[in-house]
Amino acid sequence: MTATVTRDTSAGRTRPVRRRPVSGHRLQERRAGWLFVAPAVVVLVVFLFAPMIMAAWVSLLDWNGQSSPFSGEAEFVGLSNYQNLLAEAGLLRGDFMLSVRNTLYYVLFNVTGVVVLSFVLALAVNSYVLRGRSFFRTILYFPAITSSVAISVLFLFLFQGAGVVNVVLSWVGVDGPTWFTDPRGVLHLALSWFGVDGAPGALADTTVGGLSLWNWLSGPSVAMCTLIMLTIWTTSGTYMLFFLVGLQDVPVELEEAAAIDGASAWQRFRYLTLPLMRRHITLVITLALIGSWQVFDQVFILSQGGPAKTTLTPAYISYVRSFGDGQFGVGAAVAFVLFAIIIVLTLIQRWVGRERRA
Amino acid sequence: MSGVLDRRRRQRAAPRSARAAVPVVLTDRYSPVSRKVLVRVIGYGLLALGTILYLGPFLVQLATSFKTDADAVANPVALWPSPVSTAAWAVVAGDNPAYSVPVFRWLGNSFFVTVSVTLGRLIIDSLCGYALARLRFRGRAVVFAGVVAVLAVPGVVLLIPKFLVLNELGMFDSYAGMILPLFCDAVGILLMKTAFEAVPTELDEAARIDGAGVFRTFWSVILPLVRPALVTVTILSFQGSWNEFTHFLVATSDPDLATLNLGIARLTAGDLQGSQQFPLKLALATLSTIPIAIVYVFFSRYFMRSGNATGLK
Repeated sequence: MTATVTRDTSAGRTRPVRRRPVSGHRLQERRAGWLFVAPAVVVLVVFLFAPMIMAAWVSLLDWNGQSSPFSGEAEFVGLSNYQNLLAEAGLLRGDFMLSVRNTLYYVLFNVTGVVVLSFVLALAVNSYVLRGRSFFRTILYFPAITSSVAISVLFLFLFQGAGVVNVVLSWVGVDGPTWFTDPRGVLHLALSWFGVDGAPGALADTTVGGLSLWNWLSGPSVAMCTLIMLTIWTTSGTYMLFFLVGLQDVPVELEEAAAIDGASAWQRFRYLTLPLMRRHITLVITLALIGSWQVFDQVFILSQGGPAKTTLTPAYISYVRSFGDGQFGVGAAVAFVLFAIIIVLTLIQRWVGRERRA
Repeated sequence: MSGVLDRRRRQRAAPRSARAAVPVVLTDRYSPVSRKVLVRVIGYGLLALGTILYLGPFLVQLATSFKTDADAVANPVALWPSPVSTAAWAVVAGDNPAYSVPVFRWLGNSFFVTVSVTLGRLIIDSLCGYALARLRFRGRAVVFAGVVAVLAVPGVVLLIPKFLVLNELGMFDSYAGMILPLFCDAVGILLMKTAFEAVPTELDEAARIDGAGVFRTFWSVILPLVRPALVTVTILSFQGSWNEFTHFLVATSDPDLATLNLGIARLTAGDLQGSQQFPLKLALATLSTIPIAIVYVFFSRYFMRSGNATGLK
């Protein structure tokens, strides 16, 4: 950005004054500028900005996908789609709250997992003692560029009841679950090991958004864990590269100086590398956060929201309500609430990141 | 494939002293021998495990596509099928009259859409990137802000909006509806803009003095200089549109318009119940991965460049 600004002032103001302007050149450039951006602008406006406005309108209608939502035939229902989604007890709010719970756990586990893993991978492929770093980099990045559909089909195979994962687990004496059909939350499972099988009274009786606290505190279901593993597996390569870029920018001189001063490897990592990487960590968390809330393809193929709605996500509700049940108003409302969630989370995340830096 | 990143590090380290020519072995230099061995064992162990975890599933996928249905269920981990069966690939190739999957139709659609999107993006991204980087015109800041705003819009939120506009324009279930919306590619525009900004402005002036117009300057002088960025955009949009799924899911309902990914997804989501025909499904998944794998093997540094070239960092 800075480069653009300086060029603007020097080229746009100073030069034409000092030098005799080529006749009509500025005009030609101005016209060409708009001509050059026109295709992009048309596509952006027609397929992005206009549709957003149209969808905002549709979210206020009870439109079933027939005729045109702009002909006035569809009933205008105001904010009632949003109300049904957020405030009024019913199937829709129940499903939506479940999907929010599921996604919160998905986001929490996925973001934590992917940030830690990709950082470790980046440290490993950045280590100057090891040979074949670019070979490993290439391999670790490969899942990131393959299609979500192909990967989901593969995971369906790997995580079947008697599939690859469970066979491998049995080698070390672990009896794997039936991944895709197990709706139990992992936190509930962990508690049951300590003999807590049902909900303690207070947690069962208090409800938030129509869902008991006990239900909110379930943790991701076993089925959801496969989705989490899938996402971590496919996105860690990308984030590894982000971290790698940052690690390459850590000045060798600083590390050497610290080493000469007697700092151990851990101390150099903790007090030198980590603080210098803060910006990259913030960026990766933001990107992973935004990506996680949008999970759709994998749900569509792997689980379709099941078992017991524990892999239901807002994006999937939005799709199924619209294209499955013909309730496009509801679907659009879900999409906008999801949009709002993502924006709010991003802003919070940015704000937290900035706070730390100061 | 020595890696852009390695090279960058080496360049930066170069002017320090003559010692920079020797690889920097920082973690080892001040450690006792036992520590050195430990670091290496942990490092290689980690990378070996990573290789198994990141590459293994693809090997399983490939192996399973050559298994019989029964063998795939009985021996899911075996990397060598016994017996070796090409039944799944015969279905893919259309050689099994009893079970037909329109794979060639899907492949044709995928290639057509991917090539069209890539061509469109090359034109749109380079024109727009050039204007944003090098042309002075009123409204440039607004256009730039719009492009950046696109990055912030989560794709999933656009499912219904895109369906609405395609419906209104009568483009639902058409190739136009599949291709045109994918032309808006903010990452590509920013990538091209960054590349154009790196070209010295003196070249523009030289071309202008030689009598070239704006378009000729762009086309014959500047564009050939940003070939690496063009290759990056080509590869990224090839990969992106080949792997695209949700857009085609909401833009079409006609099975004749299904891309490979959409076909596989419908086939798989159709019979969720477990084990049937995994060799076939995995053969299809392999088929959809092959073009990407080939491109990746030859151009992996371009894939890796995309993240930081857009100025996201």
